[in-house]
Amino acid sequence: MEHFFFHTMVGSIILIVLKVLAVLVPLLMGTAYLTWLERKVLAAIMLRKGPNVVGPFGLLQPFADAVKMIFKETIIPAKANRVIFFVAPVIGFALSMLAWAVIPTNDGWAVANLNIGILYLLAISSVSIYSTLLAGWASNSKYSLLGAMRATAQMISYEISMGLVIASVLLLVGSANLNDIVLAQKHVWFFLPMFPMFIIFFISCLAETNRPPFDFAVGESELVAGFFVEYSSMAFGLFFLAEYGNMILMSAITSILFLGGWLPPIDCAPFTWIPGPFWLIIKILVCLFCFIWVRSAFPRYRYDQLMRLGWKVFLPFSLTWVVLTAAFLMITGIGIYGGAG
Amino acid sequence: MGFIDRTARSFLLSELLTGLGITLRYFFKPKATLNYPYEKSPLSPRFRGEHALRRYANGEERCIACKLCEATCPAEAITIEAEARSDGSRRTTRYDIDMTKCIYCGLCQEACPVDAIVQGPNYEFATETREELMYNKSKLLSNGDQWESALALRLEQDAPYR
Repeated sequence: MEHFFFHTMVGSIILIVLKVLAVLVPLLMGTAYLTWLERKVLAAIMLRKGPNVVGPFGLLQPFADAVKMIFKETIIPAKANRVIFFVAPVIGFALSMLAWAVIPTNDGWAVANLNIGILYLLAISSVSIYSTLLAGWASNSKYSLLGAMRATAQMISYEISMGLVIASVLLLVGSANLNDIVLAQKHVWFFLPMFPMFIIFFISCLAETNRPPFDFAVGESELVAGFFVEYSSMAFGLFFLAEYGNMILMSAITSILFLGGWLPPIDCAPFTWIPGPFWLIIKILVCLFCFIWVRSAFPRYRYDQLMRLGWKVFLPFSLTWVVLTAAFLMITGIGIYGGAG
Repeated sequence: MGFIDRTARSFLLSELLTGLGITLRYFFKPKATLNYPYEKSPLSPRFRGEHALRRYANGEERCIACKLCEATCPAEAITIEAEARSDGSRRTTRYDIDMTKCIYCGLCQEACPVDAIVQGPNYEFATETREELMYNKSKLLSNGDQWESALALRLEQDAPYR
């Protein structure tokens, strides 16, 4: 990196493009293989085998699906708003990729090492609601609109408790930089002292990504497929990629906030040999397995139950925890986990 | 006491964890899937699959055009036309089965006095067009020739129970 070329205008642009590709290419492969993983895990839990014909262990299945998806016809409903109809999935997909700019995969290894990384993530996840909302509205179909309204209400409700959970982590660390948040977990990962918050955060992640048991936006049995019912071909594919991209993103955020990011579980010899990005990937995979595992075990919530859980349980609980954390830090006088205090 | 019990249980997520435990246990269980195109389940000798018209060992077709199968067919899927052959025996000139109408009840096989029309073990006869499922006599006879060894074995295995 010290080479002169990379300090010129062209060189720095090339460097940035390479950095972005180094994140995006594995990420897109990850989303493709997450669909494979989900099908395999769900199949195993249902005593089935899952895809196993296309390639060894069905490993080429995602590519077969992608080819199928691309060759399908794009159908636009007659009364749809054509521009917004196509912009919506692009927004959703772009945002789920954009958020990765601040995710550190090792000490200082982020495309953009922002001081307000966590705020950036919150902003991105809020804006991504627009994709759902616009898709539901632009399709001009009652199922889409209902699905979009449910999804929006749900995502906004859970964003609040999620924000409070993140706030309590920020109080402990004293920095909104994701790099600092991970480094603050050098001695103890935050999921131990903040276990209830960890659970609330994980459940909010499920709601935020519209995963079962909170998949009202797509509620197959009531809304057919919710906000993307009118989409076909690659426009549908983009929603699909965005959903799975968001799952990986949320798993990454969970790993960074609570599971020590790229840090090994014990800071000594055999564990430190494995480089940081691998630890992060392992932690993301564990979270993703939990996402799928939860899907296999629980039926969908009722809409009012979802709202009750979000507003009457999670919100007061996380609010109380923020106050308790703040009080604890005030009384002991300093951020105990190595933060600036 | 009941209130504390219930609250504790819902806050400790004990029921949810039980559910997760069950699904995790199933995750490691041996799988029940039959790997279909590569593995097939065993069939009963009475399995009612694709139809076939059989022949005698000397190559003469068994069907004597009695039209019992046509009469008994509840779906009216069978159409037979017959006339006397030059040697005086009565044979079909037309034997059609509309496989899209057939309900695979096996009554044609039950009705047949000479074991000519039978339902064989083959269930993999999907086609790309509807027309291909309008079976005529030559198709049924060639089915019979193709599956004869299996058909004879099935009839023999099922004979003690008839």
